[in-house]
Amino acid sequence: MSLTAKDKSVVKAFWGKISGKADVVGAEALGRMLTAYPQTKTYFSEWADLSPGSAPVKKHGSTIMGAIGNAVGVIDDLVGGLSALSDLHAFKLRVDPGNFKILSHNILVTLAIHFPADFTPEVHIAVDKFLAALSAALADKYR
Amino acid sequence: MADWTDAEKSTISAVWGKVDINEVGPLALGRVLIVYPWTQRYFGSFGDVSTAAAIMGNPKVAAHGRVVCGALDKAVKNMGNILATYKSLSETHANKLFVDPDNFRVLADVLTIVIAAKFGAAFTPEIQATWQKFMKVVVAAMSSRYF
Repeated sequence: MSLTAKDKSVVKAFWGKISGKADVVGAEALGRMLTAYPQTKTYFSEWADLSPGSAPVKKHGSTIMGAIGNAVGVIDDLVGGLSALSDLHAFKLRVDPGNFKILSHNILVTLAIHFPADFTPEVHIAVDKFLAALSAALADKYR
Repeated sequence: MADWTDAEKSTISAVWGKVDINEVGPLALGRVLIVYPWTQRYFGSFGDVSTAAAIMGNPKVAAHGRVVCGALDKAVKNMGNILATYKSLSETHANKLFVDPDNFRVLADVLTIVIAAKFGAAFTPEIQATWQKFMKVVVAAMSSRYF
């Protein structure tokens, strides 16, 4: 389901609106994922505190959201632009790609909570498609 | 099908108690038809679903959204028995309506997002976790008669 020109411009416009709160959104989405989908905790066994709002969750949520923001910048070539991150996830982290969908869902929930008026159905479909394309690019090097 | 603590049961009742089916049902079904347009295959008789505006303004979509969300009430009132509660509805969707059961998960996820938008920060991670567990059980029960 490739991104149309309209999808890309909707995503860029929306990301412009949310960029000030990106850290908060990232931290909250990660915290929600770890709480609502406890099987994802297995990837963070070295953290002392996996609760929403904890220091490692906040830091890592911010890292993830920063990377997603960068991906908006390379939206015309996600596979190329995310190549290094794909290597990381494929060979070092070895995160089962099914989890990308789970994190994406929690990002959408968090966006709906923080931007209820802006997260219209039109924005929802564009962001959902973008996160799916990003997930596919992240999984590109897996095998 | 699943075990519920007293806290989980009261969380689900509390969340559902604040949901207005007449508002949330149409919003959720409309959003499914917009975000996952292939789901429109099940609603050929509903008239104009060609644009997001047409979908959100379509009275048949709204009415059906109320029906679908209203059916969740049965699960909220029978949490200890969700599998049995949805047995015949599952059979109807499998054998008469021919609905791909993946759509149950799609609707559950979109409904969660619509409820999150309504509740805001009050939809805490812990409440979301309990709600998602409830959705998972409902989806499993609705899928249970597909052989």
